[in-house]
Amino acid sequence: MLEIKNLHAQVEGKKILKGLDLRIQPGEVHAIMGPNGSGKSTLAQVLAGRNEYEVTEGEVLYNGHNLLDLEPEERAREGVFLAFQYPVEIPGVNSTYFLKAAFNEVRKHRGEPELDALDFLSLVKEKMKVLELPQSLLNRPVNEGFSGGEKKRNEIFQMAVLEPKLAILDETDSGLDIDALRLVAEGVNKLKRPDNSQLIITHYQRLLDYIVPDFVHVLYDGKIIKTGGKQLALDLEERGYDWLLEEYRAQTPSQQPSLAGAR
Amino acid sequence: MMTTRPLIPSVPTRTDGPFSAAYAQLESREQAVAPAWLTALRRAGNAHFCELGFPTTDHEEWRFTNVAPIAALPTHSPEKREVDRSELERFTFGQMPTYRVVFIDGSFSTTLSSSELLDEGVEIHSLKTAAQSNLGWVQKHLGQYARADENAFVALNTSMMEEGAAIRIKANQHVKTPIHLLFVSTSNQTGATTHPRVLIVAERGSEARILESYESLTDGSTLTNAVTEIVMEEASHLEHCRLQQESTSAYHVGTVHAHQSRSSNLITHSISMGARIARVNINPVLDAEGCECVMNGLYVVDGDQLVDHHTAIHHAKPRCNSHEFYHGILDGNSQGVFNGKIFVRPDAQKTDAKQTNRNLLLSDGATIQTKPQLEIFADDVKCTHGATVGQLQEEAVFYLRARGIGKEAARRMLVHAFASDIINRISIEPVRVELDQIMFDLFERERSA
Repeated sequence: MLEIKNLHAQVEGKKILKGLDLRIQPGEVHAIMGPNGSGKSTLAQVLAGRNEYEVTEGEVLYNGHNLLDLEPEERAREGVFLAFQYPVEIPGVNSTYFLKAAFNEVRKHRGEPELDALDFLSLVKEKMKVLELPQSLLNRPVNEGFSGGEKKRNEIFQMAVLEPKLAILDETDSGLDIDALRLVAEGVNKLKRPDNSQLIITHYQRLLDYIVPDFVHVLYDGKIIKTGGKQLALDLEERGYDWLLEEYRAQTPSQQPSLAGAR
Repeated sequence: MMTTRPLIPSVPTRTDGPFSAAYAQLESREQAVAPAWLTALRRAGNAHFCELGFPTTDHEEWRFTNVAPIAALPTHSPEKREVDRSELERFTFGQMPTYRVVFIDGSFSTTLSSSELLDEGVEIHSLKTAAQSNLGWVQKHLGQYARADENAFVALNTSMMEEGAAIRIKANQHVKTPIHLLFVSTSNQTGATTHPRVLIVAERGSEARILESYESLTDGSTLTNAVTEIVMEEASHLEHCRLQQESTSAYHVGTVHAHQSRSSNLITHSISMGARIARVNINPVLDAEGCECVMNGLYVVDGDQLVDHHTAIHHAKPRCNSHEFYHGILDGNSQGVFNGKIFVRPDAQKTDAKQTNRNLLLSDGATIQTKPQLEIFADDVKCTHGATVGQLQEEAVFYLRARGIGKEAARRMLVHAFASDIINRISIEPVRVELDQIMFDLFERERSA
């Protein structure tokens, strides 16, 4: 599904990803954890195609194609979905209109007929129930005036409608209370299929109580420094990151990255 | 910053010019029929106009809007022309239930206007009829608010006022059906001029929605110089929507002056898309405690159009709120001007005034002059203003692209949305829906491959 090889990326001249490797097979759920500033969100933005992030080395293969050659909209149509850490408010764009345009772009790309307004609306209402979102949201401008929790649920709702092959959840849990977290996690779990994959980026372990990952990776200083099963997330919750960082520094004594922000 | 100008730079009014001749004609024509009070108003208007003359760009209020082409027009009354109902279909918002009052080239049309008024809460008259029958409330209010002594175009309108509408919303009445004043120019003659005058009196506790729309049937270089006075008594609610879609050869000057009494609530919209040169002044005076005033505006221009909005909100008394949102979309070589004044008088403590003007420039040739002008003489107030000029928000473009929407489509969608953000504030649904469709056609459909 996704193969990241030796990925280096920078933003405004600042190197953030420094040789990241990751391999995700269909049906797998991967979690990426790590202290603040380790490069988690950069990875998400690079995969989605944000052009402020410059890839200087390495490659990303998505279903055998070079993902980095594709425009953001082409990636989306090919089934890559980023649930934004900070969903953007778009005053004046009606939520239903926006989602229908996105949905039909994906259908067109797959060579499937576009859905008309009526069929689309019934599909959307079905998906809304899963996330317990109020239907009034459909008549509102995209994300405008939504609470933090509503914005995050709205991201997962969009994911439910667009049915991506690879979903990247960028700190979808941050700012959610436990009820909202549970709803989001249930939504994500219902979308899991043998032929799609999920990459969950999170700072905390608690989301992983509800979305059980097959693999947990620790990202630090732009690289994955540890990979394990779901137990690794529990260990991190209990022990923090320090023991891992010490282990990492012991292996690479020449590099002494700042610990600022690490817990 | 205070700006005081000792002299008013202007082109002196030529006593032998066509504008003076038009006034002389009107005066002699009306001599026998007009009530004395109206003649006196016109005469005072003419005196002010003669004194003020057309402003030049040395005048602070007219720096970016050169009205020389207007001053040079061979002004004259349009010839009478018969208009068929079918020609107006595109100006009537489908089957919108409304009290419609139609003016063809400035003249009230009985046949094209709504024949009956089912609502007892409202009186609507043609201004001519209202003046000739000496309606007390018309006599009391007409010409008392719009400043003929300050603005040459208001003075000109006052000197030439003959036809228009006089609307009275009766006390404590909620008029649910919107009132639509439709002003149509049909002339293709350069200088064909109308001076529509509207008086709206919203009595104590009343509620109504009024749409004024200005349209053209041909592309003549006509001049519309309109003035609307709005009087809001205590606790009245009024939504006033001004829509200007005249031909891009036309000249349009419009002034709305509103006077608000205690706890009254005014919402104004100014949507300006037409005309070669359009200048709109919106001047609400919040003259008692607890007033609310919302001012929404949208200007969309292209080619060689110039659109200028000057708004001035006067906070005269404590605890009033004003919120202003103006958006502009400029393409081609068009020019935009936005000048937003907020005056807070020493008395007006606890004022909450907010002003936002955002502009999108779609081409290299388009320009915008935007200027907030806050003059605050009270100390316990909250006044904010912000103006932006520029391109689309890249974050929003990326968000849409990350959902599969192409770059160009995303941009078009966001330009349309920028316009919709203002249009969505109009509560008269058929108007809102149609204007949104116009914006969709303009920004999303037309340019799509």
